[in-house]
Amino acid sequence: MFLINCPYCGERDQQEFKAGGEAHIERPKEPTELSDDEWAEYLFMRKNIKGVQFERWNHTHGCRKWFNMIRDTSNDEIKAIYKMGEKPPSQ
Amino acid sequence: MRNKYSVFSLIKNALSYHENWQRAWKDPAPKKEYDAVIVGGGGHGLATAYYLAKKHNMNNIAVVEKGWIGGGNTGRNTTIIRSNYLWDASAGLYDHALKIWEGLSQELNYNVMFSQRGVMNLAHNLQDVRDLKRRTHANRLNGIDAVYLSTEEVKKFCPIINTSPDIRYPVLGGTLQRRAGTARHDAVAWGYARGADAMGVDIIQNCEVKGIKRNGDSVEGIETTKGFIKTKKIGVVAAGHSSVIANMAGLRLPLESKPLQALVSEPVKPIIDTVVMSNAVHAYVSQSDKGELVIGAGTDDYVSYTQKGSHQIVEGTLNAILELYPIFSRMRMLRQWGGIVDICPDASPILSKTSIKGLYFNCGWGTGGFKATPGSGDLFAHTIANDEPHKLNAAFNLNRFVSGDLVDEHGAAAVAH
Repeated sequence: MFLINCPYCGERDQQEFKAGGEAHIERPKEPTELSDDEWAEYLFMRKNIKGVQFERWNHTHGCRKWFNMIRDTSNDEIKAIYKMGEKPPSQ
Repeated sequence: MRNKYSVFSLIKNALSYHENWQRAWKDPAPKKEYDAVIVGGGGHGLATAYYLAKKHNMNNIAVVEKGWIGGGNTGRNTTIIRSNYLWDASAGLYDHALKIWEGLSQELNYNVMFSQRGVMNLAHNLQDVRDLKRRTHANRLNGIDAVYLSTEEVKKFCPIINTSPDIRYPVLGGTLQRRAGTARHDAVAWGYARGADAMGVDIIQNCEVKGIKRNGDSVEGIETTKGFIKTKKIGVVAAGHSSVIANMAGLRLPLESKPLQALVSEPVKPIIDTVVMSNAVHAYVSQSDKGELVIGAGTDDYVSYTQKGSHQIVEGTLNAILELYPIFSRMRMLRQWGGIVDICPDASPILSKTSIKGLYFNCGWGTGGFKATPGSGDLFAHTIANDEPHKLNAAFNLNRFVSGDLVDEHGAAAVAH
């Protein structure tokens, strides 16, 4: 349980948000060209890092907008929050 | 020579004020080389080592554990054991485990307090009723005992449940697996540790894996906080930390690690003599031999390794518990804890070889691994010893995420994931 500073609404309780998993996984540009291994990699394989991880979150019970978050999964400390499409800030 | 536990040994040791019991397992320093090393000294890891030594004559092996044995999810679960899974592959896997549980205390000469008190799953809406009936039929076709109960039969089996039709989620029926039940989680780890140790397995605690040494496509050993250990076979049974170990070997797994919580109440006199689970409201409850109500909550939906979990998850579970069991309204909760569970996209485990020779993974048990402990150990030992899966765990390979042949137990299993 922690507070999240939504880039659109400000600081809110984590309960209002939904975690959307690992960030910056690009949808394959040529899906028809992909091998089964590459599909598995895109769909299922995750870094699942213990430490600083890049994630997507959605403010489901607020503005319903998506944004990115850099968070330390070993202590739930949020390092940075930035909007979709933006480059991650250097920490 | 390992002394046998019996009523006579109890009397003998009582006479010396229980001060002369033999150590249940040694505390060795790691050797330079082993035939196989198991990473993770929880129930599954210790069971793997036990069956490697017992059934495959691999005695020159070690279990390395970063904390103390059984201190992770083995000691942080609600100890429910059942095998009423929907799909054939899952039914085979979990019922294999349940059959071993039935004779485990005798086999290990260690009382794991396996109690076949039955597990009841409740239906709260028409879709639940249809799903549970379907699962009952599927179970029976697979030779697993299962019966469907009407609301009246549910009430008869567990009288403290509120079956009034005007509650938010009324009880419309349920299923019962009578062979299911609970066991003493610590005893499972200790019993397997004692059994494995007696056959020569080194159980090395406070020994954290820091790296996996590879030579091309095969493993050469592990770097640990107690030095380098050479080995050709590494079985990783690290639950929530599986991805951390996989990353050391340059592998990625289809896992996400999330906190799962449970809590116990103050101890009271016997009030519930079975295990009741509810999928729809996500609440399950049983009573320990000490008298505490053991309550399982859900997972947080974000990746975290904090072993804490959010307050609102517990609150939601307790709301559901109170509506189903108004009699518990004045109970006080004694303690709460969280474990880190490794969840697969299809909510089924992975017991598999990997693309790296000599590296095996037993992970992805998610929210329900305890029940499978003996079967998981047995099948994983078979996989490591023969470098081939047993037919019961062949479906649970890593390659299923490439082939698409998933074992989708999401929601189809008796509890939500």
